Amino acid sequence: MDNKRKTFANRNLWVGILLGFGFVAFIDEAVFHQLLHWHHFYDKSTTEMGLVSDGLFHAFSFFATIGSSFMLADLHRRNAFWLKRWAAGIFLGAGTFQLYDGIIQHKLMELHQIRYGVNILPYDLVWNVLAAILIGIGILLLISKQKSFVKAEVDAHR
Amino acid sequence: MPIDNHTHSHASNDILAQLILVSPLVLLFVVYMLAVYISNRHKRKWPIHRPVLWTIGILSAVVTVTGPLADLAHVNFTAHMIGHVLLGMLAPLLLALAAPMTLILRTLPVTTSRRMIKVLGSKSIRVLSNPIITSLLNVGGLWLLYTTDLFVMMHEYSLIYLLVHLHIFLAGYFFTISFIYIDPIAHRTSFVFRSIVLLLALTAHSILSKYIYSHPPKGVSAVEAELGAKIMYYGGDVIEIVLVFILCQQWFKNSRPKVKELKQEVYL
Repeated sequence: MDNKRKTFANRNLWVGILLGFGFVAFIDEAVFHQLLHWHHFYDKSTTEMGLVSDGLFHAFSFFATIGSSFMLADLHRRNAFWLKRWAAGIFLGAGTFQLYDGIIQHKLMELHQIRYGVNILPYDLVWNVLAAILIGIGILLLISKQKSFVKAEVDAHR
Repeated sequence: MPIDNHTHSHASNDILAQLILVSPLVLLFVVYMLAVYISNRHKRKWPIHRPVLWTIGILSAVVTVTGPLADLAHVNFTAHMIGHVLLGMLAPLLLALAAPMTLILRTLPVTTSRRMIKVLGSKSIRVLSNPIITSLLNVGGLWLLYTTDLFVMMHEYSLIYLLVHLHIFLAGYFFTISFIYIDPIAHRTSFVFRSIVLLLALTAHSILSKYIYSHPPKGVSAVEAELGAKIMYYGGDVIEIVLVFILCQQWFKNSRPKVKELKQEVYL
């Protein structure tokens, strides 16, 4: 049973990570591309690597969102849903993707910048610090989960 | 802006090409409806949503190869791209969802059905139902079309026009049925394998859209290429999301826990 518990603990985390990932990609597309028009569909400075990375993450984001939703339903159906681990996954996934987007895609691959015609530094700072905070929350949730998990184990053995 | 000035001198050829493309579609429509009629007399009623999907699917293919949209597509890249999404993505998806093979198999006499199942299990069908092969045929064909002179030649020669459109439609259909299993398919592949291949195929599709945006095919103006590329990108997204949804839904149904597993898991 412990083995199974571990499997589902991991699966809850991964389902969360995938969803967090898809969620941030969706916000990026909907808010910054479509509503604010801060980013462009294509930027002349984009490297070939950047184009490949952008295409891969674009496809992956909606794949991850749909796939993780069905996996979430599967966890519920198996009575194996674990809120805190799932939530930790969401924060980790969201933060990691935003950090990847902010540092590798925006800066190294020059896919596009967050906004044009402004001093970009504050935007980059806010973007990446926010990403770090999301990751931090994710890690905290993960650790606190493990504590309560150990506590629950101890309680169970009393 | 006209893509090419020779088009008008080929008007009669165009009509022939349109006829050749439309008649099999009309035939498919008639055969399907006839099969529904025949099999409904002997067997359980065929679900009504399927002939509806079949009809819309055939229609979206027909408007691409004939009529005002097809005429406009000769001179306007944006119209061409709308047609491409309809013929190569929407029509194949709707037709696949209409389960034509299942319908044919249940309509034909048993002995003929058996023979047909044998054909479906043959090696050539195995090749055509492999997701890697169908992805290469589908997305690879598009890369070839939009990044080489094939695109210009397509508008000059009716035969090439015919073959390209036939290819887009058929490649789209085999692509769809190699990922989502509506009809019986002899050579099934695992969900994870199909997911990875589909992910890569969709990636290649979105990269190509952005590539077209920055590198218009020969004879296409930058403005038309930009709009066309966006239609390919976002229009493609809509169909792809449906495809991914159905694929995941099929995983969800197939991985339903057995009662024994459920009993164990309650005590987690």
